[in-house]
Amino acid sequence: MTCRENCIMLSAAALEKEGIDVHMIDHVMDKYASTKGSLITILQAAQEAYGYLSIELLNYIALKTGVKPAKVLGVATFYAQFRLQPVGKYLIMLCQGTACHVNGSEAIEAAVLEELGVKEGETTPDGLFTLNNVACLGCCSLSPVMMINGETYGKLTPAEAKKIIADIRKKEAENS
Amino acid sequence: MRIVVGKGSCGIAAGANKVSDSALEYIRSKGLDIEVGVTGCIGMCYLEPIVDVFSDDGTKTTYVEVNAENIKEIIDCELEGKRCDKYIISEEDAEILSKQTRIALRNCGIIDPENIEAYMAKGGYTAIEKCIKDMTPEEVIDEIKVSGLAGRGGAGFPTWFKWNAARNSKGNKKYTICNADEGDPGAFMDRAVIEGDPHTLIEGMLVGAYAMGSDEGVVYVRAEYPLAIVRLTNAIEQARAKGFLGKNIFGSSFNFDLRIKAGAGAFVCGEETALIASLEGERGMPRLKPPFPAEKGFWQKPSNINNVETYANVPWIIVNGGKTYSAMGTENSKGTKVFALTGKIRKGGLVEIPMGAKIKDVIYGVGGGIKNDKAFKAVQMGGPSGGCIPAELIDTIIDYKSLAATGAIMGSGGMVVMDETTCMVDMARFFLDFTCKESCGKCAPCRLGTKRMLEILTRITDGKGKDGDIELLEHLANQIKNASLCGLGQTAPNPVLTTLKYFRNEYEDHIYNHKCTAHQCANLITYDIDAEACRGCTLCARNCPVNAITGAVKQAHVIDTDKCIKCGKCITSCKFDAVKKI
Repeated sequence: MTCRENCIMLSAAALEKEGIDVHMIDHVMDKYASTKGSLITILQAAQEAYGYLSIELLNYIALKTGVKPAKVLGVATFYAQFRLQPVGKYLIMLCQGTACHVNGSEAIEAAVLEELGVKEGETTPDGLFTLNNVACLGCCSLSPVMMINGETYGKLTPAEAKKIIADIRKKEAENS
Repeated sequence: MRIVVGKGSCGIAAGANKVSDSALEYIRSKGLDIEVGVTGCIGMCYLEPIVDVFSDDGTKTTYVEVNAENIKEIIDCELEGKRCDKYIISEEDAEILSKQTRIALRNCGIIDPENIEAYMAKGGYTAIEKCIKDMTPEEVIDEIKVSGLAGRGGAGFPTWFKWNAARNSKGNKKYTICNADEGDPGAFMDRAVIEGDPHTLIEGMLVGAYAMGSDEGVVYVRAEYPLAIVRLTNAIEQARAKGFLGKNIFGSSFNFDLRIKAGAGAFVCGEETALIASLEGERGMPRLKPPFPAEKGFWQKPSNINNVETYANVPWIIVNGGKTYSAMGTENSKGTKVFALTGKIRKGGLVEIPMGAKIKDVIYGVGGGIKNDKAFKAVQMGGPSGGCIPAELIDTIIDYKSLAATGAIMGSGGMVVMDETTCMVDMARFFLDFTCKESCGKCAPCRLGTKRMLEILTRITDGKGKDGDIELLEHLANQIKNASLCGLGQTAPNPVLTTLKYFRNEYEDHIYNHKCTAHQCANLITYDIDAEACRGCTLCARNCPVNAITGAVKQAHVIDTDKCIKCGKCITSCKFDAVKKI
């Protein structure tokens, strides 16, 4: 076993201890092994599989692809899409585009912050919600807009935004 | 009978999926034989969800603001051979389409974007067939030159020139790249084209590739547009199956294939060299030009990058001729342009109009004027790189030169309309906040300069502006413009410079008079209850989170301004418009 192979094995073992099954992205890395410039695609697949990119996972990707760890971290921190912290079950993306701003997204943000009790980028202690501001969701005619796990809610008022979150919370409480 | 539901992202956000699910369920439960189809965004976002019903004799009826319940009523009506009048689009709204000239959007909201046959039935893929069979690559470039088509992503650079440069660059490997990283907040035409008519993009890229001698293409799509990625992936597979992508296209020696690269969220990647860096898996930081991408681009090979809308115009130009295209527009700007009309506008959505129309025609003609009959104050064009055009310049002609003369730019076509309640200093702060976050960090003037400008603007909107702040903003703005490498930094100060040019009095009011005339900046306003209008319903007092409002039932209430945190809950809860900002 070469030194690099040994490192990969150790890294995979460390990830498995955290409950991360590296096989879920191994095939992605194998698929793109010969395509140069695929780092972003690999990171996207990894985030899709695990929800976020832990430092150990980035290290594993660096070892497997042969890209320097510093560069992997550099790319992961450059793009808004990548998250280095775990997210809640529901990811709330609050649109901060121009049209939303003009139509009162600040009041929506205040209402959502009040309902959740966390700051932008944070996750609620119960692990249910993470709040992220995003530049523009491209649904400007429905502004102000927020997206929760891919579903868009438009023409919001502060009261409606609060109710949407409260309803999800209620549904979760009933299911658990 | 056939039902077609408009399913662009905005239609879906407004509930289009619920409408089609409900329709399907109803049809099944009644044992009916009605097809439910899908189309893209027609552009009238304010009326979504929109449903077209085609009766057996072929007549089309458009229903608007349809929901999961009234779709059943509509189906019942149509089954009886009647129209469900109360949900039909109004004549006034229907006219919006006739006020436009749709070229890039010619199929959006009309054809099924998930079916290549629908595109082909509209003459799709005949442009590339014509190029391959009847035209040399040079003739294709000439045709585009005659059309006067310029880059629709913002810079407005002549398309033929870029194609010609890439064609003349040495090398066997050349790349045709599409910039679909629509990062400009307030613009969504690229998304609408890909979601509504993905094959026109593929065909436009095919024509470009044929002209340049390129055999590989990449579409760099914004990650925030998942539906666009799904529809384009599907379209590419269908085009491949039909032989429009792949080897020996139309039996010729021309080969071309296309793939999608999902962006990862960075505004700066709209800059072509940053986009190339991102395609190569790097941090999306711009590179020094020259060498230009046409010479050394993706993997150091000659590359051409055009925006979605630019490519979407190409098949139409090839089929109808460059002269027909250049017959529209003005001396320096030919053809049509798509605008995303949003903000305080009554009829927001996507509109495509010939160059040369006036801003007024768009806002009051197509857009139906300002929401709630408020006064029009300004329109922001060109996003974070553009500027605010004030009401007194509403007769400005829409072409590259006239818009640039105002200090704004054509940009990718975002038009955010603002009324009297929009604070222009706050708008400038909003854009600087955006560019400051999105600056890649390569050049100090942009990285640090936008931060310093943002600090000053925040200070002013917080009511802590100082004498000399305006001059300092101007000084910084010019330094940043002159000393930044790429377009992001060079244009980042524009929103500040244009608002200073046209709304300097608002800056001065904030700094010297501690007043925000638009009543937006919390620290510069106080809340007051009009004793005459107040009915003493106590609703505001009960909603106030800090108990700053007092008053007996049926008596006028009073706000304690020392306690008030200016959250605005009293205003939203008052049913008698008695709470005012002063």
